[in-house]
Amino acid sequence: MLNRTALYSEHQKLNGRLVDFGGWELPVQYSGVIDEHLACRSTAGLFDVSHMGEIQVEGSGAESYLNFLVTNDVSKLAVGQAQYTVMCLDHGGIIDDLVIYRRASDRFLLVVNASNTEKDFQHLLAVQRRFDKSMGDLQITHVSSKFTQIAIQGPKAAEIVSKLSDQPIEGIRTYWFIEGMLGQTIPALIARTGYTGEDGFELYVPWDRGPELWRALLDAGSPLGMKPCGLGARDTLRLEMKYPLYGNELSELTNPLEAGLGWVVKLQKQDFIGRAALMQIKESGISRQLVGIQMIGKGIPRHGYSLYTENGELKIGELTSGTLSPSLKQAIGVGYIEPTYAKAGTRICVDIRGSRVPAEVTPTPFYRRTS
Amino acid sequence: MKYPEELKYTKDHEWARIEGNHAIVGITHHAQSALGDVVFVELPKIGRVLKTGETFGVVESIKAVSDLYSPFAGKVIEVNQALVDQPGLANQDPHQSAWMIKLEILDPNSTEGLMSSDSYSHYVETLK
Repeated sequence: MLNRTALYSEHQKLNGRLVDFGGWELPVQYSGVIDEHLACRSTAGLFDVSHMGEIQVEGSGAESYLNFLVTNDVSKLAVGQAQYTVMCLDHGGIIDDLVIYRRASDRFLLVVNASNTEKDFQHLLAVQRRFDKSMGDLQITHVSSKFTQIAIQGPKAAEIVSKLSDQPIEGIRTYWFIEGMLGQTIPALIARTGYTGEDGFELYVPWDRGPELWRALLDAGSPLGMKPCGLGARDTLRLEMKYPLYGNELSELTNPLEAGLGWVVKLQKQDFIGRAALMQIKESGISRQLVGIQMIGKGIPRHGYSLYTENGELKIGELTSGTLSPSLKQAIGVGYIEPTYAKAGTRICVDIRGSRVPAEVTPTPFYRRTS
Repeated sequence: MKYPEELKYTKDHEWARIEGNHAIVGITHHAQSALGDVVFVELPKIGRVLKTGETFGVVESIKAVSDLYSPFAGKVIEVNQALVDQPGLANQDPHQSAWMIKLEILDPNSTEGLMSSDSYSHYVETLK
């Protein structure tokens, strides 16, 4: 039996094509991936992302615990601020990437990948056992089933959320949030975060209030051109930004430095899990680097395809994601390549079904919004 | 969905329009609908000889790559360049202008296992 979000019957009503996504029955598309993708870029897109996992970390020791758990510097987070980070194993491999919301000085909400939720929760408990009790008290609670999470993304997102909010939301800065009411009576964490490269919000509301909020957002946004978007568009939108996806770009066998996430690794802060290994890697240099590529020849690059030198003789990397970019009408991919070949403009080949097809390393993000 | 009666169908969701010892081949409405937006089609070289069930090309949506299978044994005598140039035809007009290859039928017996439109419609219903 697959898990269903609170919005399951809303997806059915909208004729969403429901698929098994890591144990969750979710829409891969409604009107079509390209249509939804372009709606999000031009006006707004509405996404059910309730499958994401939520873990609450609370107590006087929460900040120092989290700063030991993740690579970014949690002590820099103000109340009302969010932070993207990763958590690593001792050898530097990535357990998961996540967003931390600081809801009070001693209370944090961690939002993790759906497929990793149980693994992450067990990891947090294991780290708790390693944690020095004298640093303060600590409660770790798995709260995924308490939240419906809806993302509304796109240039019209703020206008639409404003219609439902009891407080002004235009002033919320990127990676900050407020706690307020939507549709008068729905308590919500309203965060200016997202996974599309557009302006937009991620809204966390009580699980059973999800359908009400979803319908209110559709009513407010549809006249402006907003469309419900499935997981297909979510993937192409994030890929145009080269945002990594756990299971594709990130895994326990990849480290944040080679994944281009050095900006969330604060080696100078206090000790944290993976620090020694990451310092070592930084000193000796990474052996591969995550880059964006675009095709010059015909074909669409895909997860698992091999990268070769321009003459096609030497294997130099492998793709982790690829698609036809709906915004750019260009076949694009992301993958790991030997650092020698990582410079933008470097000509390479992609092995597509046995043919070496010309491509080149390109600057990323692939897509930049104009406004 | 009513599937055209003059076509024959396979379980892999290809159709064939057989005329004498020639046939044109494409993918069905059901196949294009399951794929979503078709953005790339790769077809074989003219002259290639295909066995029944052999892969003759690929069709790609935004999300996925799917192989195309020859419904019977034949030799490729024409490919639809218009479809290669405009893959979205596979979504808009799967049973007509989005035909993929024209085959010279090499073994007439190999066309006997194909389904009628009624059988295929029934088969598609069982997949839902």
